[in-house]
Amino acid sequence: MKLVKNSAGRMVPTQINGEKQIPFMGVGKYVPKGKTTGTPIRSCSEFPADGNKLVKSVKEALIKSGVKDGMTISTHHHLRNGDVVTNMLFDIIHEMGIKNIRWFPSASFPIHSHLIPYLEDGTISRIEGSMNGPLGRFTSEGKMKGIGVLRSHGGRYQAIQDGEVHIDIAVIAAPTADSFGNATGDRGPSACGLLGFALADSEYADKVIIVTDNLVPFPCYPWQIQGNNVDYVVQIDSLGDTTKIVSGTTEVTKSPDRLLIAEYVAKFMEESEIMHDGFSFQAGAGGTNLAFALFLKERMKAKGIKARFIRGGSTKYLVQMLEEGLTDYILDGQTFDLEGVRSMRENANHVNTSPFTSYNYHGKGNFASILDAVVLGATEVDVKFNANVVTHSDGYLLHGIGGWQNCLFSKCTILAIPSFRDRIPVIVDQVTTLVGPGELIDVIVTERGIAINPLRKDLLRKIKNSSLPIRKIEDIYNEVNEICGGTPQKPKFDKSKVVAVVKWVDGTVLDSIFKIKV
Amino acid sequence: MSKEKLKSSAGQRGDKIRSDCNIEIELTNSGGIKIDSKSKVAVMYGDSINNMLMNLCEFFEIKNAKILLEDYGALPFTIAARFETAVRRIYPDLNKSFFSEKIKTKNQNTSKERLRRSRLYLPGNEPKFFVNAGLHKPDGIILDLEDSVSPSEKDAARILVRNALRSVDFYGVERMVRINQLPLGLEDLRFVVPHGVDVILIPKCESTEQIKMVDDEIKMLRAEYNFNNEIYLMPIIESAKGIMDAFEIATASENICALTIGLEDYTADLGTQRTDDGRESFFARSVIVNSAKAAGIQAIDTVFSDVNDMNGLYESVIEAKSLGFEGKGCIHPRQIEVIHKAFAPTEKEIEKAKKIILAFEEAERNGLGVVSLGSKMIDAPVVKRAFNTIKLAILNNLLDENWKEK
Repeated sequence: MKLVKNSAGRMVPTQINGEKQIPFMGVGKYVPKGKTTGTPIRSCSEFPADGNKLVKSVKEALIKSGVKDGMTISTHHHLRNGDVVTNMLFDIIHEMGIKNIRWFPSASFPIHSHLIPYLEDGTISRIEGSMNGPLGRFTSEGKMKGIGVLRSHGGRYQAIQDGEVHIDIAVIAAPTADSFGNATGDRGPSACGLLGFALADSEYADKVIIVTDNLVPFPCYPWQIQGNNVDYVVQIDSLGDTTKIVSGTTEVTKSPDRLLIAEYVAKFMEESEIMHDGFSFQAGAGGTNLAFALFLKERMKAKGIKARFIRGGSTKYLVQMLEEGLTDYILDGQTFDLEGVRSMRENANHVNTSPFTSYNYHGKGNFASILDAVVLGATEVDVKFNANVVTHSDGYLLHGIGGWQNCLFSKCTILAIPSFRDRIPVIVDQVTTLVGPGELIDVIVTERGIAINPLRKDLLRKIKNSSLPIRKIEDIYNEVNEICGGTPQKPKFDKSKVVAVVKWVDGTVLDSIFKIKV
Repeated sequence: MSKEKLKSSAGQRGDKIRSDCNIEIELTNSGGIKIDSKSKVAVMYGDSINNMLMNLCEFFEIKNAKILLEDYGALPFTIAARFETAVRRIYPDLNKSFFSEKIKTKNQNTSKERLRRSRLYLPGNEPKFFVNAGLHKPDGIILDLEDSVSPSEKDAARILVRNALRSVDFYGVERMVRINQLPLGLEDLRFVVPHGVDVILIPKCESTEQIKMVDDEIKMLRAEYNFNNEIYLMPIIESAKGIMDAFEIATASENICALTIGLEDYTADLGTQRTDDGRESFFARSVIVNSAKAAGIQAIDTVFSDVNDMNGLYESVIEAKSLGFEGKGCIHPRQIEVIHKAFAPTEKEIEKAKKIILAFEEAERNGLGVVSLGSKMIDAPVVKRAFNTIKLAILNNLLDENWKEK
């Protein structure tokens, strides 16, 4: 395999899975021309005039969709770790003896380790999306037949739109749908909130199959997926384990160290004046992020400050801010708890969005860059502010990118992370895998201090007289090494074997993940 | 050395364990050292861990043994402590200790009068709580060898606490150790006194003899190990008899910096129970305050143990402050800020203190022996209290450090 050095200094393949690749050229440097991809012309005359697209089983829908070896089949991850639809889908494909499927999920979860036997026996040749937990380990050990591709949520939309990934069949699990194929995620026994991650699939796949456990008479309104894009509808008993689709309630971290980090983030946002009337921010559902939102809320209330919008993953804490008038809108990308689902259903100012509106490279702008601040996590950050979210310091692939890369475009990107976990340094000299270029990462908040990217002279000026522990990142790095007992050794890779690549938001190849040497 | 057995182990093991390790040592007759290590951080620190184990074997003159390590991300000071504990469990009268590397401590300062508003208890055998404790900025941390350590782990906790005192940066926080009830506690002293402890808490203290015993042991260790940092004592009174002798105890040594109370044991001793309004302990707490003040030392209140009730904590500190207490014990880092806030002086108190200090400094400049404010004479203790108030105000961000220039 031929590897070249890209503009970030990372060795990346020029071809993977038989397809030519463009190495990363720098942030904002790659601007492709031409037309976005289209779908074959459809004719309504080929569909039942009464709108009834019900078929008896997923197997029948697959057969009617012309399933065959080598196809690309997509699923979404709104059912999270409660998803049984994807597992059932591949049970059927396996039983039908179909091979070499490219699975194109918007993300994977530990529950999908069920698919490992199918990766071993060649039913699935590779995953393009995310490889979490056991699937990541499987990939890192070089056991997947093809090369995995990791994309951000926005990058997935981009790849579909510019034809890099052509979806043959999209299987969309829908908590509520009608027989025409209109579907929504905000109601039904398996309600997950929204279905934004399946939007591109519904628009661009050759065949679209809706799988629901809550079939309602036409019309399923309001709809998030339009039936006009749907070929077949299948009713099944259950989409999965509802307790794992959304948690009943999301809980704030109890860890005093994480609470300290969250408090520092909130204080930083106040002192740097990012928190001002009409501002916007994004916070995810990790325990630290939830705590941050609560600390920020206290500060907003104390100062009488109101946000214009907050971007979710929504949780009951963001919903409370909306309902207490601390923000005009929640622009939601996914819903993490039942309160979020309820609010989305009932409150017109709790808006469902998609990777197209929020993150897509091929849009005429997107929401991510409008945000005043975003608070994210990372597995590693290096002294040049480069960050990693997919591999750990032991070299194993364990997580997907999600919307993380896309969020880096906010006006202030804050990583809220511990400086080390047990004896695993998080602040390192060089990240194992480059997922976010340092030039886009502004602030690192750890329990041992806050490091500000020297490129952000404006932020440094703003917090000059702060009581916060502002430190140089090298300082924190040195302290962490001292505590952990010296500079950590690097994992040993087989540098001749790329097992997966990390795409940048524009579709170029940012870094390679190599096979672990055991 | 006499061997009690051929095989031993030390440290915690299990899926939920973090920042600790379990080490098993089995002495063999031949074959050299065989290390079998399973570590969560093998990729990052595998070589360093194996080197360390080899060095430890050499240090303890172990030539033939099977060493089994299950490591959950233990830091070097913990690995060394667990190894030494395992060795001592084979050779109970071992006279060698492997001291972990002593860090260059930053901002280490202690004095008899320093602020002791909050003291955070850390279970002495739980290394995962140690490294970040100082980041939460209590006035002091307490590495506890007593109630939070089970009897079978007392030996392990001592060695771990010793290494923590040497190797963990507590970021300038006062480092206290609660030893076991005497006489067991006297044995603890050898493990902590020469290694940088600032304050020794003496539990279930009820006589001046106990203070003398601790004092004498420290003097002996001082001569043996030749160190010169101050070590203060904080007796914890936890019985009816202790309360009756509180003043004698408070004055039994000039190294006593504070007197405190343990209410669970005290109320049990009375044959009653703790209640929310605390009438059963009002007498005892007042005796503590009065004895401490009479002895010229600090009075420190008991622990507030409901970590979810921050309002209750705040109220309880306000109440303690009104009785004359200057500090409170806590068991969760989130309690620290609440305690400090409650002990913070009011705006009125700060304004008054500022005036007194300015008057005092003026008197000094003019070479006057007597300080007066308006028509009132100001006594030395009032000046001292004013300085304390200002110190607290600055610490709580209620007053600029350079307030005199403004």
